[in-house]
Parts: sequence; C-alpha cells; structure tokens
Amino acid sequence: MSRHTLSVLVENKPGVLARVASLFSRRGFNIDSLAVGPTEHEDISRMTIVVNVEDLPLEQVTKQLNKLINVLKIVELDPAQAVHRELTLIKVRADADNRSSVLELVNLFRARCVDVAPDAVTIEVTGTPDKLQAFIKLLEPFGIKELVQSGMVAIGRGARSITDRSLRALDRTA
Amino acid sequence: MTEQMTGAQALVRALEHVGVDTVFGIPGGAILPAYDPLYDSVKVRHVLVRHEQGAGHAAQGYAQATGKVGVCMATSGPGATNLVTPIADAYMDSVPMVAITGQVTSEAIGTDAFQEADISGITMPITKHNFLVTDPADIARTIAEAFHIAGTGRPGPVLVDISKDALTNKTVFHWPPVMQLPGYRPVTRPHSKQIREAAKLIVEAKRPVLYVGGGVHKARAAAELLEFAELTGIPVVTTLMARGTFPDSHRQHLGMPGMHGSVPAVGALQRADLLIGLGVRFDDRVTGHLPSFAPHAKVVHADIDPAEISKNRHADVPIVGDCKEVISELIAAVRNEERKGDYGDWWRQLDAYRETYPLGYTEFEDGSIAPQYVMQRLSAIVGPDAIYTAGVGQHQMWAAQFIGYENPGSFINSGGAGTMGFALPAAMGAKMGRPDATVWAVDGDGCFQMTNQELATCAIEGVPIKVAVINNGNLGMVRQWQTLFYNQRYSNTNLQTVRRIPDFVKLAEAYGCVGLRCERPEDVDAIIEKAMEINDVPVVIDFVVHEDAMVWPMVAAGTSNDDIKFARDMAPVWDSED
Repeated sequence: MSRHTLSVLVENKPGVLARVASLFSRRGFNIDSLAVGPTEHEDISRMTIVVNVEDLPLEQVTKQLNKLINVLKIVELDPAQAVHRELTLIKVRADADNRSSVLELVNLFRARCVDVAPDAVTIEVTGTPDKLQAFIKLLEPFGIKELVQSGMVAIGRGARSITDRSLRALDRTA
Repeated sequence: MTEQMTGAQALVRALEHVGVDTVFGIPGGAILPAYDPLYDSVKVRHVLVRHEQGAGHAAQGYAQATGKVGVCMATSGPGATNLVTPIADAYMDSVPMVAITGQVTSEAIGTDAFQEADISGITMPITKHNFLVTDPADIARTIAEAFHIAGTGRPGPVLVDISKDALTNKTVFHWPPVMQLPGYRPVTRPHSKQIREAAKLIVEAKRPVLYVGGGVHKARAAAELLEFAELTGIPVVTTLMARGTFPDSHRQHLGMPGMHGSVPAVGALQRADLLIGLGVRFDDRVTGHLPSFAPHAKVVHADIDPAEISKNRHADVPIVGDCKEVISELIAAVRNEERKGDYGDWWRQLDAYRETYPLGYTEFEDGSIAPQYVMQRLSAIVGPDAIYTAGVGQHQMWAAQFIGYENPGSFINSGGAGTMGFALPAAMGAKMGRPDATVWAVDGDGCFQMTNQELATCAIEGVPIKVAVINNGNLGMVRQWQTLFYNQRYSNTNLQTVRRIPDFVKLAEAYGCVGLRCERPEDVDAIIEKAMEINDVPVVIDFVVHEDAMVWPMVAAGTSNDDIKFARDMAPVWDSED
C-alpha cells in the first residue's frame, strides 16, 4: 500500500461531496484524508483526497471518479513536485510553571499560539503530516486536552495550473 | 422558442421535444401537477401501470426493444422508492432510462414531510447521474441533460426529482436549452495505436475467441461484428446480455459462456491464447474463479467505459471506444495486416467439443414436461423474429440456452441485477415500443407472482403480450442450489403453485387475458400455436413442468470454469483429442 494524493476539480454544486464520498464507500476504497474548498473560480471546487491503496485500485478509483458527471478533472500530485499541508489546532495543558516550555516548542515549529487561558494554550500549526506528528509527540507530555486537524491540501510546484483547461470547458457550456 | 408556462408544462413540453412518445407511471400527490398537462399531450402517451416497479421495467423493455431512452414516472416517497429496483436493474445492465419523480415542496424538503424520501440520495449509487430540481427554470435544461446522459456513452438510468413547487411555479420555457455538462465527455473513438496492436495480436494468435457482450448491440454493431467474425474466422461466444447479437445458427458461434454456458464456449475461453472482449465487463458469472479464468490468454478489451477495462482482468491491449467504431477499425486494421490468422487446429479442437458436449437435457419418465422442451418448441414455432423477455432463475437460463436467437436485441432479461419479476413488465414495454413484433415473456412461477398485476395494464391498454409461465411450483434456481449444495434441504423454496394457488389460468382470466394450461409434452405445440393465434388480448400459458429439472451445464459459484459439469457429477474430458 502507498499513499496517493488526488486533486479533484469538481463543479461547485450541491451533493457533489456526497457523490464522491459514496463512490469511495460503495467501491470499497478508504479515504485517509479529504479536504474540500473553493478555488480561484467560483464554479469550481477542489477536493484533495489522500488514499492508501495499491496502484491498480488507484487506477480503478480514478476511473470511477472520472465517471461522475460533476467531476471535471483528476490529477495525482507527485509528492516530490507538490507542496502538502495540513492545519492542526491543539489545546494543551500549560500553567505558569511550564508555559514557557510549551511556547519554546511553538517557536521551534514555527507554530502560533492563538489563545491563552490560565491553565491551557491553544496552538495553531501547519505543515506536512510528518512535522505535525513530531510536534504533537513533543506536546504530549504536557497533556493534550483537545486536538482538531484539517484534511490535507496540496498544490503542484512551478507555474503550471491544473485548473486552466477545466475553466475552458466550463466557459464552453456557459 | 420562448414561452411563459408552469414548470409542469415545461416538463411535458421538454419530454415532447426530446422525442418521448411513451411514459410508464402512476400519479400521486407530489407529481400531480405534471399529470395535468400530460393529460393534454398528444405526443406523449402515458401508460398507467399497477405498480411503479412495473413502470420501471416497462421503460427498460421499451428502451431495449427500441434503442431509445425509456421513461418512467412516479410520485415522491413510496412511489419513488418503488422505482429503486428497476433503476438498479437498468444500472447493472446499462439500459438508457430516465426516471422522473415528484418531490415534496422545496421548503418541506428535509422535514420528514408526508411522502418524503431522499430519492436522489437513495439512487446515487445506482444511477449514472441524478438531479434534484427545485427551480422551474431548470426543468427544461435538466430534462435535456438527463436524456443526453442516459442515452450516450455507456447508457444508464438517470433520475430527475422535481419538487412540487418547481412544477407549479411559472417559468419561461426555452428550447433548445444550453446543456451544462462540462465534466461529461464520453470517448467513442478508439485510439489507432491500440487498434493496430490488437490487429497484430489477432493475426498472431493460434486460439483466439471473440467474447461478445451487451455493449455490441448497444452500439448497434451486430453487422460489423458479423463482418469482423467472418473476415477473421474467429469463434464467437455471446454473453447473456449479447444473445442474438451474433446469430446462433452461425457456424462460428459456440454459445453462451459462463456459469450456465455451453461446454464449447466455456472450454474455448479456458483454452484461448487471445480473448477479444467487445462490450463486456468480465462479470463473475462469466469468469467464475477469476485467477483461473482463461489462464493462457492475452486480452484485448474494448469498451466505452474506461473503468471497465482492467477492472476484473488485466487488459494487454485496452481500447476505449464505441464498439461500432472499434469493430469497424479492427476490420480495417486486420485487412491491412499482411499475415492472416491460422486457426485450423483450434477449430478442430472446438468442433470436437461441440460434437462431444452439445446442449442437452433429460426427459422425465413420468410423462411430465421438461422445461427445456418448452423452450425448444417456442423457438421452433414462434421463431427468431419475436422478442423474448425473461426474469431471473432457471427459466431465464433455459430461455438463454434453448431458444435460438438470430437478431440483436431479441432477448431482453435481467442480467446483472437478476431481478425477479422483470419479464412481464419488460415484455409490456417491449411490445409498446415494437407493436409489430410478437413478444413472449418467459417467466417462472415465482417471478410471475411478483409483477403479474401488469396483466391488467396490458389488457386495458391493448398490449397483447404472451406469457409462458414455466411453473415448477418452486423457486427453481434456489431449489437447484439446495439440491446441489444444501443436502436437498428445501428450505422455503416450495411455492406450491402446482396446487393451483393461485390458479394461473383463472388469474389470467380475472385480468381480462386468455389463460391456457399445458401439462403434457404432447400438448405443447398445439397450445403455443393457439397462443400465437390470439392477437387481441394477452395470453398466459401455465406450463406445468417437472420440479426436478435442473440447469446444466453449470460452473458452481466461486469455482474455476475448468470444473464445469455438463450434468450432475459429469465433467467434460477436455484433452481427449490429444
């Protein structure tokens, strides 16, 4: 098994997320991470889907996704040629005695402290899954009270855009 | 064209514009506004069925008999959910169909309103696409899109769910609308490099087989297939969905492959060095145990759906395209090859299989009717110009094996989904689509009891179909498995219809049809002939057959095709010719 990141451009219409999610469950594929959001074009949304599968099932899932009428384009992002980021918010126990140790870690990981209470701080950190894992591990001894993580988003390096041609397709039908 | 009207009027107008002449359905609260302008339409005939499942299967039968998109209509909630089975059936068998359902008003959606069901959510995994329309301005465009999606590429069912307020509110009707389907671009033209590659494999092969599926007829490519087969001399097998696409009487035809396929067809696939799969999906009922399926064969796989290629079996040469274009280009490419395939030894081997293992069955000594005999006599008396429909089970397999099909689309059955009750309403739809054709529903007594209320529709609407109920008093195929795999423990398979509960003859008469009964082999011909003479009302024949008749050959589920039995505990000796 290996992790693959799919960038899926879809029409910004109701129910598209349900179609994609139901396709994965119906065909027996597991999603490791899923993030959906707007793009630079109001009619197009972008899903970043991380799946942990062999190459052959990956080909199947890509073909099945392509059959969904609302899916415009699918690109698998090469990890070496793309930037991957996740965002995590962590509420960690920190009082007057150990707050400075926590803040030191925050600085080392270029994270940010977004809320402070007498006995806790809330930290925002972005990065690759590896970096976030390392950070969380170092915070654990202080006591993590709550943690929330976004799905992964990713974009290819360089000047090329994957949305250009899909935009042209949209224009043709408008 | 621009005109002010209600959403319901726009719906009916759009249906007229896309060329709909027949709609099968039942009205109810949420769809009621659509039935008012439908009442006035002179172009669209609405057929009032007795159960929405019948409407769906009738639309499927209509679609498969005509090649047009079939249409069914139902109200919200239970009306819509009753369409779920035919929609799933159409999805599995790639039947072009548009289902139109009423939905509660848009402000009531999500409130668990009376007769509310999230039918677009329910049918998401069993439709090619579906729509929920809440704005009357979207109705015309959505109907155009739905018919386009259903009928192009790999055909399939599309559901259009329309809220009641979208039907009653006013809109401006434009035709033709501009379709907005930027993500829908089916590929029909095959890649020329793959075609050349396939042609090379074809002339180099020693033991090739043309493995033909439902996609060939859907592409209207039977003529091209015949030309290609005769040009190359390659043996042909036709799957359940392709029966009739290649003439049964043709010397190169080996029969149906699969779980109840002929020994020559199954043996040919297992020994082939090249499979040319055309419009097929390597379904488990064809391949049996997948790793041991056609173990020596390279695979050329052509299909219009890219997701079918290499889904179950790796394709050495994948070809994405419409089968009509694919086969035409293959013909040209094979003609361009300097070499010619030499399949002489292969044919000698296959002819030996044919001679040693023809299709057959055992007669019963007690004078009762063998169901296979009924099929043979139907085939002989009714002939290949009729349309035959079947549901699922023993009767379906016998109809596939023992009726001779010569014309594409002449056998309409529930292949992928295996839906009991398909045959009768599908026959009704087929007859309405092709009124000049003789249409026979071959049904089982179990299947028949699931949808026989549509006999009322047939009688009232003047649809004189003929129904051959193969009545063995049991859920026959399930009983067969109990005989073979469950120590003859017949748990809940005996329907006791031999006790005449119900009496199918009286039932037919109650529905305004002619009912006939046949209990002895010597009466079969006369009764079929009598049914053929009745052309003003539907005819139901209760063929009382022996309950122990079984479908052979058989590859037990999950086992290798190599372990096919042509009768109980009788395996072919494959290599006797060596």
